[in-house]
Amino acid sequence: MSTREWVFRHPRYVRYMVREFSCLFIAGWTALMVWGLKQLAEGPAAWAAFLELLRTPASIVFQLATLAFAAYHSITWFNLTPKALPLQVGESFVPGWVVAGAHFAGWAIVSALVLALAL
Amino acid sequence: MIQLEVLRYNPETDQEPRFQRYEVPFRDDWVVLDALNHVKEEIDPTLSYRWSCHMAVCGSCGMMINAEPKLACKTFVRDYSGVIRVEPLRHFPVERDLITVIDDFVAKLARVKPWLMPKEAPANGEYRQTPAQLKRYKQFTLCINCMLCYAACPEYGLIPGYLGPAAITLAHRWNRDSRDGGREARQEEIAAKEGAWECSFVGACSEVCPEHVDPAAAIQQVKIENTVDWYKDHLMPWLKK
Repeated sequence: MSTREWVFRHPRYVRYMVREFSCLFIAGWTALMVWGLKQLAEGPAAWAAFLELLRTPASIVFQLATLAFAAYHSITWFNLTPKALPLQVGESFVPGWVVAGAHFAGWAIVSALVLALAL
Repeated sequence: MIQLEVLRYNPETDQEPRFQRYEVPFRDDWVVLDALNHVKEEIDPTLSYRWSCHMAVCGSCGMMINAEPKLACKTFVRDYSGVIRVEPLRHFPVERDLITVIDDFVAKLARVKPWLMPKEAPANGEYRQTPAQLKRYKQFTLCINCMLCYAACPEYGLIPGYLGPAAITLAHRWNRDSRDGGREARQEEIAAKEGAWECSFVGACSEVCPEHVDPAAAIQQVKIENTVDWYKDHLMPWLKK
C-alpha cells in the first residue's frame, strides 16, 4: 500500500503527515545552523557571507516555513502530552489542559531565557 | 428512499468484489444496520454481514461506511446525503460480502496474555481494590473488540505484523490492574518492534473508537513505561532481581 492510498482518505491523515513532514524542514534548518557555525569559525568574512545568505528571499521563505512547521509540531505535540502522562490524584485525573499548559509554559520560559541571552 | 451501495463478494462464484446498489426506505431513526437488515429481509437474502446486539456493545457490526470505520448500529442514515457506500472493514481479508477474516486480530489478543496473573494469592479468597485503583485502568477495559481502530490505523495497513491498538491497550489494561503481576510476561509482545514501537501516534484509532477507550493514549503510556524500563535495566542493572 503506498502513502498516496491512505493519506487523503480523511483530513486527520493529512494533518498527521504535515506534522511528520515538519521533520524535513527542521532537519534542513539544523543543517543551516551547523553551516553557520562553520562559517563563524572561519572568520568575519565568512560569517558576513552567512548573514547575507540568511537575508536572501529564498532563505527567508525557508525560515518562515520552518518556523510554521516547527510551531505546528510543537503545538500538536504539547496538546497530546496529557494522553501520554496521565496524572492520577485520588479517583480523578489532572485535567488535560494543566498538563499541556505546563509544557507550553515551559516552552515560553525557555524561549524567554534564550531571547534574554541573545539580546 | 435512500440508496445503499454495498460491496458484494462470493468466493464461490465471484472472481473479484463488485458493488451492488439497493434502495431502502428512509426512516428518521434508522441506522445503517437497520437498512442492511431491510435489504436482507425484503430485497436480497444473500447479503451477508455480522451483527448482534444493535446497541454498540458487542463489536460485531464494524464496517466502512463512506470510507470511515464505523459500527453499523451506531451510524444513523439521517446523517448522510446521497448514496451510502458500505464496505467490509479495511485492512482485513474479505471472506464474503461484508464479513472479514478476523483471525489475525483474535490471535493478537491472545498473544498479550489478557488474563489476571495475580501478584499474590488473595487474602480471604478475594482481591481488594480501591475505587482509585480501579480508575487507573477502567477506561482501557471498555474495548468491545470491534476492530475499527485496526481499520483506521495506517501502520496496521502497511505492516500487518503490527500488534495493533486494541491488543496493546488490552495488555496495558492488565498491566495497570493493581491485582496483576504479569507485566513481565507481556513485555515480549508489547515491547517488541512490532508492539508499541510500530505506532507513530497518528491517533486515528482513538478518533474512531466508539467506546472512547483512547488506545493511542494507552500505546504512548506503554512506550514511556518501556523506555523507563530500558534505562533502569541499563543504568541500574542491580535493580533486577
